[in-house]
Amino acid sequence: MDQAMISIRNVSKWYGSFQVLKDCTTEVQKGEVVVVCGPSGSGKSTLIKCVNALEPFEQGEVVVAGVSVGAKGTDLPKLRSRVGMVFQHFELFPHMTVLRNLNLAQIKVLNRSAEESTQKSQALLKRVGLEVHAEKFPGQLSGGQQQRVAIARALAMDPLTMLFDEPTSALDPEMINEVLDVMVQLALEGMTMMVVTHEMGFARKVAHRVIFMDQGEIVEDAKKDDFFGSPRSERAQLFLSKILHH
Amino acid sequence: MLGGLDFDVIQRSFLYLFKEGMSFTLTLTLLAMTAGIVFGTMLALMRLSSFGPLAAIAGGYVNVMRATPLVLVIFWFYFLVPWIGGWLIGASEPIKVGAFVSSLVTFIMFEAAYYCEIMRAGIQSIPRGQVSAGLALGLNYAQTMANIVLPQAFRNMLPVLLTQSIILFQDTSLVYVLSITDFLGAASKVAQRDGRLVEMYLFVAVVYFIICLVMSQYVRRLQLRLAVIR
Repeated sequence: MDQAMISIRNVSKWYGSFQVLKDCTTEVQKGEVVVVCGPSGSGKSTLIKCVNALEPFEQGEVVVAGVSVGAKGTDLPKLRSRVGMVFQHFELFPHMTVLRNLNLAQIKVLNRSAEESTQKSQALLKRVGLEVHAEKFPGQLSGGQQQRVAIARALAMDPLTMLFDEPTSALDPEMINEVLDVMVQLALEGMTMMVVTHEMGFARKVAHRVIFMDQGEIVEDAKKDDFFGSPRSERAQLFLSKILHH
Repeated sequence: MLGGLDFDVIQRSFLYLFKEGMSFTLTLTLLAMTAGIVFGTMLALMRLSSFGPLAAIAGGYVNVMRATPLVLVIFWFYFLVPWIGGWLIGASEPIKVGAFVSSLVTFIMFEAAYYCEIMRAGIQSIPRGQVSAGLALGLNYAQTMANIVLPQAFRNMLPVLLTQSIILFQDTSLVYVLSITDFLGAASKVAQRDGRLVEMYLFVAVVYFIICLVMSQYVRRLQLRLAVIR
């Protein structure tokens, strides 16, 4: 059996008696870009956070690069260090310079030397166009710049796959593209990506598959062209018509 | 009305008051503050732990300390610690604990309860996303706390921690019940020797007032500066 990078099998999750995830099953192959969309409260962010165990789940199984996330003996820090995550609100560490933000986990988790980390960090900052801001604090940067730093910070760990949780939702409109450009670049280089987003332009451009969620269920899991061409479910049609025609 | 007062006594005892008394007060304050913040932070982490018994122990400790008058705690430690210490090491007699060590331990334990509540508020003020970001990078819980949450919590709470330390500075004067020569103790010895109670106690009040006022002003300036950084 050819092994998927991320494999989500029959995952269910409850907050008390409220079921946020209902028997979700999907896979992300190596090198694949999968966009997860759906109305707010549909569980898409929760699902993506199950992949690196930031959210525990009660039923089912998530396997990343052959390692079961929910299993007892799993070394979670080690697993997470290979799964990059980008958050809606950036979550840069405000008390550290941009460079320290990138270096911290390289030094503490991967045991890289300070020089090696700095070299890697500077190369990545250059790649996202922010090398001149290395010594600044996050608070001195714009939202778009902060999110690019956050992407560089995740990349510094040499991740096997990247998770994006609504990376452009908290940004001013004029800054969305600078972040999307970096993500498109990554996708074209063959990074395995799972992206929760409403940016359908991004999905059209680089996604291989689109997953549509509603009320905790994966309603549609289709090739990009099929999804945009002729969504099967009524709910997906309704959703698309709402976000595409305005 | 002030005709009968003799303020020369201050000048005569000035060196003694500050070299003996104030240096003790400051030493006790600084040591108790440092160790109290460290111990208090540990208590705060325990209180916030998801492991129930740990949180309960820390919570109980904090509540007992905060519900007890300081003088009583000072007495307890002074009279009980030698017995408990002796019992712990299995000695037949109570161990000898000097008044300084006893009072230092007391203030560390007592103030830690207050520092704990401050640090707990500080830790809770850090958005959950910061913890998620740390964990997502592969840091473990301890590394996330040490590198991400605690430095920010400490910085946010610095003015409150210092304000509590000003209170600690005033509270150390209570060691007079153990006949220790702190600033107040020194002054009261001079006062009784020379029969100049009013003069000495007035002077002590003025000195405490000036030091606390200067410190409060500094804390206020610091608060404004931190607000700008954030």
